Amino acid sequence: MPLRNFNRQFFRGIAVVTEKNIRLYYTKPPVIIFGFLFPLFMFLAFYLGKEVDFHVFFPGLLAMFLFFIASSVGPLITPWEKQAGTYERLLSFPVSITTIILGDSAAGMIFGIMINVVVLAVGLITLNYCLNIMILCLGMLLGAFCFSSLGVALASPSVQNPSYVMMFSSLIRFPLIFISGIFIPLEDLHGLGRILCYFSPITYLVDIFNFSLRGQSNIALIVDFAALFIFSLTFVYLANRSHKRNLMRGL
Amino acid sequence: MKKESNKAIEVRELTKRFGDVTAVDHISFGIRKREIFGFLGPNGAGKTTTIRMLTGLITPDSGDVQIDGVDIRKNPIKAKMKIGVIPEMGNIYVDLTAKQNIILAGKFYGIARGELENRADALLAKFGLLERADDPVKTFSKGMKQQVNIASAIVHSPELLFLDEPTAGLDVQSQRMIKTIIREMNQRGTTIFLTTHNIEEANVLCDRVGIINNGEIAAVDTPEGLKRTFEETQSVKISFDTPVDVSEIEESRLVIRKEKLGDKWRLYTDNPDKLVKYLAQFAQDNNLIFTTMEICGASLEDAFVKLTEDK
Repeated sequence: MPLRNFNRQFFRGIAVVTEKNIRLYYTKPPVIIFGFLFPLFMFLAFYLGKEVDFHVFFPGLLAMFLFFIASSVGPLITPWEKQAGTYERLLSFPVSITTIILGDSAAGMIFGIMINVVVLAVGLITLNYCLNIMILCLGMLLGAFCFSSLGVALASPSVQNPSYVMMFSSLIRFPLIFISGIFIPLEDLHGLGRILCYFSPITYLVDIFNFSLRGQSNIALIVDFAALFIFSLTFVYLANRSHKRNLMRGL
Repeated sequence: MKKESNKAIEVRELTKRFGDVTAVDHISFGIRKREIFGFLGPNGAGKTTTIRMLTGLITPDSGDVQIDGVDIRKNPIKAKMKIGVIPEMGNIYVDLTAKQNIILAGKFYGIARGELENRADALLAKFGLLERADDPVKTFSKGMKQQVNIASAIVHSPELLFLDEPTAGLDVQSQRMIKTIIREMNQRGTTIFLTTHNIEEANVLCDRVGIINNGEIAAVDTPEGLKRTFEETQSVKISFDTPVDVSEIEESRLVIRKEKLGDKWRLYTDNPDKLVKYLAQFAQDNNLIFTTMEICGASLEDAFVKLTEDK
């Protein structure tokens, strides 16, 4: 069956691209710095010396870690590959740009979940949560894919220089953190702040984590999941369109 | 019953523009199965753009490319399964080992793990790299990297192999090894599409060559066929034991043009036999001794230069 062969080749391509990315890129210094150390220091800057209830703050922290880790390497893979000259070789294999984008996103998602599970474990050991494991896992899965596909979309306008990409990606990622309900709980946000927070996918994941860890949520769960799903589709679509348009840049 | 085509590649009216610049302008040609086809052209002539369209890397603005009967625009994955590509730059993952690079490439074609291991070992042995199989490629020389590059491109035994300047910048030994591999692959039935700046390489390797200039096909023929087209570029290469003024020889009207090659002169003529007799008389009259006397037919380089001269 041609369609079955096509599907097999499509998923095989995604799996091989994912494996390649995890093997090659997830131990690189920018990933460690922007994916792990950065959110840690950001958390410490907000937490230390302030009277913050860690029990309340932890779901936001978990979402912030997932956001930074899952979206940290996505913007860099394509510029690194173009710089090394391997992108042209990659495109000569029986894969499409969509396959490469989904492989890049899957790699970010897997790496994000792996680190996030460690952060979650620390939280569960030190804090007393009544866990809704299924909602938490689904949220983590969808959130990780959403954030990693955002990272991949941010790579597309780039040329060969990864440092330009980091600047551009920071320009997009940091405002998304600040307008979400991480540092200020959603119920305390009013007016423009409240409106803006709905434009950040992190808001919905924080709400899912709040529900699955603390049993409290400000948005209906179905809306949270639907929003993350729509954001994911949008980021994959934008990444696909933009990568195709900028294919020749830096080759 | 559907008749099987003898064409490995069929290109019709292929065009690509980048803004106002037409990189490739309505080119058409066909490549027979089991043929080594050389694609020559000066820098910026459209060689790389053409090879990128033929391998599905970029989409043409118009025209068709059929790879073994498969339209690469309509069915790029199926077409790509049939081909191996060695791009212009050394495009392998330098942080991976030689073996990991070959295995990674093979995985894209769905080759089973055990079979892939065997193929990788066989290719590494063929290139004399088996002992370095588990070393990161970043520790390899340029020639060794290119060998890993080629091994990665042929691990799935493609029906058609594209090579973009495969010997550029390599030492003589590596160049020879790569030419031998190309010949061996071709003898086993692989069609080869080769772009090169090295005219001599095309002359000795290719069954046919296509010459592209300013985005248009200037000629497609066998190397000998192209040389015959330019019979007026026959020449006599001479040098004497003492330096001479060749203007007297020029006055004989047997010489179309002259070219100084170090301590030798290359005299272009449409009648080499008559020119040789004249030169023998000239040497005797002036008490000169020949240190070189060679009659040269038209070369592929001459044909290339003629075809790519700006009109």
